[in-house]
Amino acid sequence: MILGLAGGCYFFKIGGLIAADVTRPTPRLYRLLSDLTPAVLAGLIVVQAFDGGGTLEIGANTAGLFVGALAAWWRAPFAVVLVLAAAATAGLRLL
Amino acid sequence: MGNRLKLFWARDHRRDGVLLGAAVGIFGVTFGVLAAASGLSALKATAMSLLVFTGASQFAALGIVSSGGDPLSALGTALLLAARNGVYALSISEVLPTNRVRRLAAAQLVIDETAAMSTSQPAMEESREAFWITGISVFVFWNAGTLIGVLVGEVVGDPLSWGLDAAFPAGFFALLLPHLSNTRKRVAALLGAGIAVIGIPLLPRGLPVLAAGLGAVIAATAGGNKR
Repeated sequence: MILGLAGGCYFFKIGGLIAADVTRPTPRLYRLLSDLTPAVLAGLIVVQAFDGGGTLEIGANTAGLFVGALAAWWRAPFAVVLVLAAAATAGLRLL
Repeated sequence: MGNRLKLFWARDHRRDGVLLGAAVGIFGVTFGVLAAASGLSALKATAMSLLVFTGASQFAALGIVSSGGDPLSALGTALLLAARNGVYALSISEVLPTNRVRRLAAAQLVIDETAAMSTSQPAMEESREAFWITGISVFVFWNAGTLIGVLVGEVVGDPLSWGLDAAFPAGFFALLLPHLSNTRKRVAALLGAGIAVIGIPLLPRGLPVLAAGLGAVIAATAGGNKR
């Protein structure tokens, strides 16, 4: 999996360089490739926060995400965001 | 400080490149800690940082595998997230060396930080320097950070693992914020989230995240021209 990922990621990097030598891609392709990041990250957040195995569920981790997201919104350092989210979730589970 | 070092440090683009790398090193530590808390071996975590060298994709693959997702959907999601590096490569291709071997090595360093640093310079010479200094600095600090994080994570990983299923999405949210730079990208994110919500009960596991990529297709087709 790691090697596949490494190869695939390098493919995009080198592919972009080769493409630049050969052709100018359309602005639409440009936009699509760079818009994939926000779209897929947002989808990933939703799935990790609400997917209870094929049903939408709100769990302790959903609350923890909310705490971490607020911290991120207020520009807390990345490590603080992770620790707050994990701590809030762990705390709720201990209750 | 030696005279040469002082001269090196006196230029903003060089200093900023080194400092940016050091800041990314902290992300590297968090990646290592999360990798250890998710049960990934030190060897695999380090190999990932050396060879994949794309933060968001590494976090995503790790998050999906650690929540019990299958490797194939982890791979697909991480690759969709890596596609933007192709755009960066296209836009800074003139900054990179023409020598074939150096170009192949430089390609591995094409990421968010190097693209941002080299495109924000006023002239070609500064762009080139900013690319290499930032790229090498991020590469060194990201990998050193990962290694330190794995070691730290083997000690503190257990408490963190109680809330790992919140730490990952909260981290993704922090990674998402800088990518919401214009309305079209914000629409792409909202569409991606909406498609995932609809997809969870309807699609097999792993597919809702990939389907969220359609949000980008819609936004890029209908939306404005800004990068």
